[in-house]
Amino acid sequence: MTKYYLHRRFALALLPLALLLSACEKVSPPAAFHATEIREASFGRELRLPDTEGRVRTLADFRGEVVGVYFGFLQCPDVCPTALSRAVEVKQLLGEEGKRFRIIFVTVDPERDTPEVVRAYLDAFDPSFVGLVGTPEEVARTAEEFRVYYRKVPTGSSYTMDHTATTFVYNANGKLRLAVPHALSAEAFAADVRRLLAETAPAEPGR
Amino acid sequence: MLTIQTRRCLGLALMFGAFTLPAWAQTVKVDGPWVQATVAGQKATAAFMKLTADAPVRLTGGKTPVAPVVEIHEMVMDGDVMKMRAIEGGLPLEAGKTVELKPGGYHVMLIDLPKAVEVGQNVPLTLTFTDAQGKTFEVAVEAPVRPLKRGHEKKSGHGM
Ligand SMILES: [Cu+2]
Repeated sequence: MTKYYLHRRFALALLPLALLLSACEKVSPPAAFHATEIREASFGRELRLPDTEGRVRTLADFRGEVVGVYFGFLQCPDVCPTALSRAVEVKQLLGEEGKRFRIIFVTVDPERDTPEVVRAYLDAFDPSFVGLVGTPEEVARTAEEFRVYYRKVPTGSSYTMDHTATTFVYNANGKLRLAVPHALSAEAFAADVRRLLAETAPAEPGR
Repeated sequence: MLTIQTRRCLGLALMFGAFTLPAWAQTVKVDGPWVQATVAGQKATAAFMKLTADAPVRLTGGKTPVAPVVEIHEMVMDGDVMKMRAIEGGLPLEAGKTVELKPGGYHVMLIDLPKAVEVGQNVPLTLTFTDAQGKTFEVAVEAPVRPLKRGHEKKSGHGM
């Protein structure tokens, strides 16, 4: 009993300090995300491209979901399958919540990546993944909006694409929140998505 | 008795030799080769494997019935930008030191695929090596096709 009171008094004494700390937190929050957090984005504000079925999609279509936008190309034998396999893993790690996580794949090689092939490719990972195939001009504009770098590089008989391998993650309100680097593990990525989902959790009674 | 032993030896030799048999006569051992599956219309893929040479050689090229063009590539991350390049002069192998061609590093690029490479297929792949004297030799392997979606394997050497 005495011990309990002591603890309580001690805790009360610490209260102002705790308040002070929490006030500080608002100014510079702890780096709790594994990925790079984005607070006020001056990029990635708009996305408007036709999907593999030819419908024009925008970020507003995905409200209520955490969405990861990834730029890649189908002849990429390495980082694109790695990134998309990681996304599938993230979805699995999220369990039931994984239903509210989706990847949007934007091809940076629209000359070779036709909507049909992009659809088949994404289906090999997860049929819920959305593929966007614009005209070369539309792709250039989108990449610029996302500050994504991509460039055609000749290699032997054909060409390859250098490209940014970052996944840009939006919260369920359509706000750009994270830049997920290629090297981040599926576990860390999943933890970040879980946090974003909690940040915009749908209001449920008794919660 | 003698027959049984001979048979046993033969069986073992066949077991161990499945991938490496052609390599015995040469100087490079190829372990665990695999090719990434593609979907119809996807024009390129990559082969991955472990290579161990007896003497310093370079992997300079290859041939396969599934693709008219084979190149030796390297993938590098420049910040968070991925770049893929053909390795000038081939991939050097030191004597006795295993080099792994794996996602995030080196691969044998198979280009201009006329049709999809599917799981269940074994892709014949003839690798060309060039020794210090500039003499070339070949090692033939069969690389099973693995799905495009990779399972939860330890992503070692993934820059973490
Ligand atoms: Cu390549």
